[in-house]
Amino acid sequence: MVRLKNAFMKCYLALILLFLYAPIFVLVVLSFNDSRSRVTWGGFTLRWYGELFSNRQILEALRTTLLLGLGSAAAATVIGTLGAVGIQAMRRRGYQIVMSLTNIPILNADIVTGIALMLWFVRLMPLGFGSVLAAHITFNIPYVILSVMPKLKSLNLSIYEAARDLGAGSVYAFFHIVLPQIGSGILAGFFMALTMSMDDFVITYFTKGAGVNTLSTMIYGEIRKGIKPEMYALSTLLFAVIFVILLVFNALSGRGKNTDDVIERSR
Amino acid sequence: MRKRKLCVLGAALAGMLMLGGCGKEEPTEYLTVFNYGEYMDPDVIDRFTEETGIGIKYEEALTPEELYAKYISGAIDYDLVCSADYMIQRLIEEGEAQKVDFASMEYADNIGDRFWEFSQAFDPDNEYALPYFYGTIGILYDTTKVDAPIDSWGVLFDGSYKNDIIMQNSQRDTFMITLKYLGHSLNTSDEGELREAQELLIRQKPDVQAYLVDEARDEVVAGNAAMAVVYSGEAYLGHEYNEDLAYVVPKEGSNVWIDSWIVTKHCKNPEAAAKFLDFLCREDVAEQNFEYIYYSTPNQAVVENMDEELRNDPAITPTEEDLAKCEVCTQTDPEITKLYNELWKELKAD
Repeated sequence: MVRLKNAFMKCYLALILLFLYAPIFVLVVLSFNDSRSRVTWGGFTLRWYGELFSNRQILEALRTTLLLGLGSAAAATVIGTLGAVGIQAMRRRGYQIVMSLTNIPILNADIVTGIALMLWFVRLMPLGFGSVLAAHITFNIPYVILSVMPKLKSLNLSIYEAARDLGAGSVYAFFHIVLPQIGSGILAGFFMALTMSMDDFVITYFTKGAGVNTLSTMIYGEIRKGIKPEMYALSTLLFAVIFVILLVFNALSGRGKNTDDVIERSR
Repeated sequence: MRKRKLCVLGAALAGMLMLGGCGKEEPTEYLTVFNYGEYMDPDVIDRFTEETGIGIKYEEALTPEELYAKYISGAIDYDLVCSADYMIQRLIEEGEAQKVDFASMEYADNIGDRFWEFSQAFDPDNEYALPYFYGTIGILYDTTKVDAPIDSWGVLFDGSYKNDIIMQNSQRDTFMITLKYLGHSLNTSDEGELREAQELLIRQKPDVQAYLVDEARDEVVAGNAAMAVVYSGEAYLGHEYNEDLAYVVPKEGSNVWIDSWIVTKHCKNPEAAAKFLDFLCREDVAEQNFEYIYYSTPNQAVVENMDEELRNDPAITPTEEDLAKCEVCTQTDPEITKLYNELWKELKAD
């Protein structure tokens, strides 16, 4: 009986992993396929990787995507963290109202947000990189607030007060006491924002100006005549880079342990 | 510990950003160009900017309908738009195009007379639209899987290749070929004829393996289907991947589609726009573009320079007889479009 249960559990896990990773595996395989067709295998090649790095369009889109992701994530992290600190300090009623207001953009359909932002931007500025950046910052802020808030809630306020008692200014105390304690939440918020920005298609599509392309809008344009194999190569590389970053990140955060460590060091 | 973590991440991200990113001199004039995805060699755009100093802001759309929606929303003022015949007709009728002096252009003569005549179906005096690429719709089939060479739309409807047929998942294309098979004009506005076509399609549906768009070609290439209704350019690529494939424009006739450029009424710099169109007609540019896209080019200078093999491939250079059998689609009556939508929905839901 137990053995049957174990076998079932293993099968279930295997199935989940299969569904999650089989499509990515197909993509990786296709990136080494020496044929432009999706259905014929023309032998192993690294040609697409070479062509990828000489394709100005793709590199330009990659650069826009990264700039947009990092820029909007950084701005949203600053705004969101400060916002979270402010909201945390509110009274109960205000806190609840503002937190619901922050949650609405997350639940709102992307297409509504996208069109609303487009209508708004058309009046204010020419559509271009700036408008997309503003849009991304806008939809990223709630994610940062959401991931910083729990850290703020579990914050040990006595340490902050003790620091003030011992003569630290409020700014000094914030940077040396509060920030280290909520740091992991901020970092998580930053990465959440970065992924959201890189993932987004709908909002970017509506707010971008002519000539600005992120990877997602560029791939969309390619669908008409079939995705180019260079894109498989790029996706494989992105997958590999994110995989490595995750591994390093996990290895590092597995070692040091947060709160006690911080208290230890802030002495 | 935390600092080291951040350093590693920072280094990784900075490394990613280093890719690309050295700017060149910025042009002072710009043209905003709206085209289909993958429908111009990016090098052509660069060359134009190098030669003229006019920058191009390039924007892409997937379908004529999407292009129209984005154009009409007015969020971006496009200078030049490339789209399908019926969409260009709609834009001209709605007064969105401005006249272009093709006679003063140096290379517009490279476009064959026949294509200016095709254009007259939607631009009677050849004042607005410049032909860019064209093609036909026909049957791409696997010669190893059919009993005899195919020459009629009939094979799709007589049940001889049950479950081995792929149709286009596009209402206009699917209805057009059915109307042609029935001997009607593909621009018909007769409800009876359209219903007759729908009836035939409903009867054919059990024999159809799938309604697909791009993947139609790949399915035949992979040998999963004996034949598919495809655009001629797709047929050429299919033949590149699988030698056994052949393309035919059936004897009942078909649709010849033609994608053209117009200069919009928003364009404040018509000379620059004309320069761009002229540039596209220039022999070397048109050739480079052709070799990127592999659709049929209306540029006679390019056709004359082609390899024998390409010039004799009906998927790249439709024959005179094929073209004589084909019609340009000019049906833009909103009532008929609505009827098309209804009939198509009924067909797909049936």
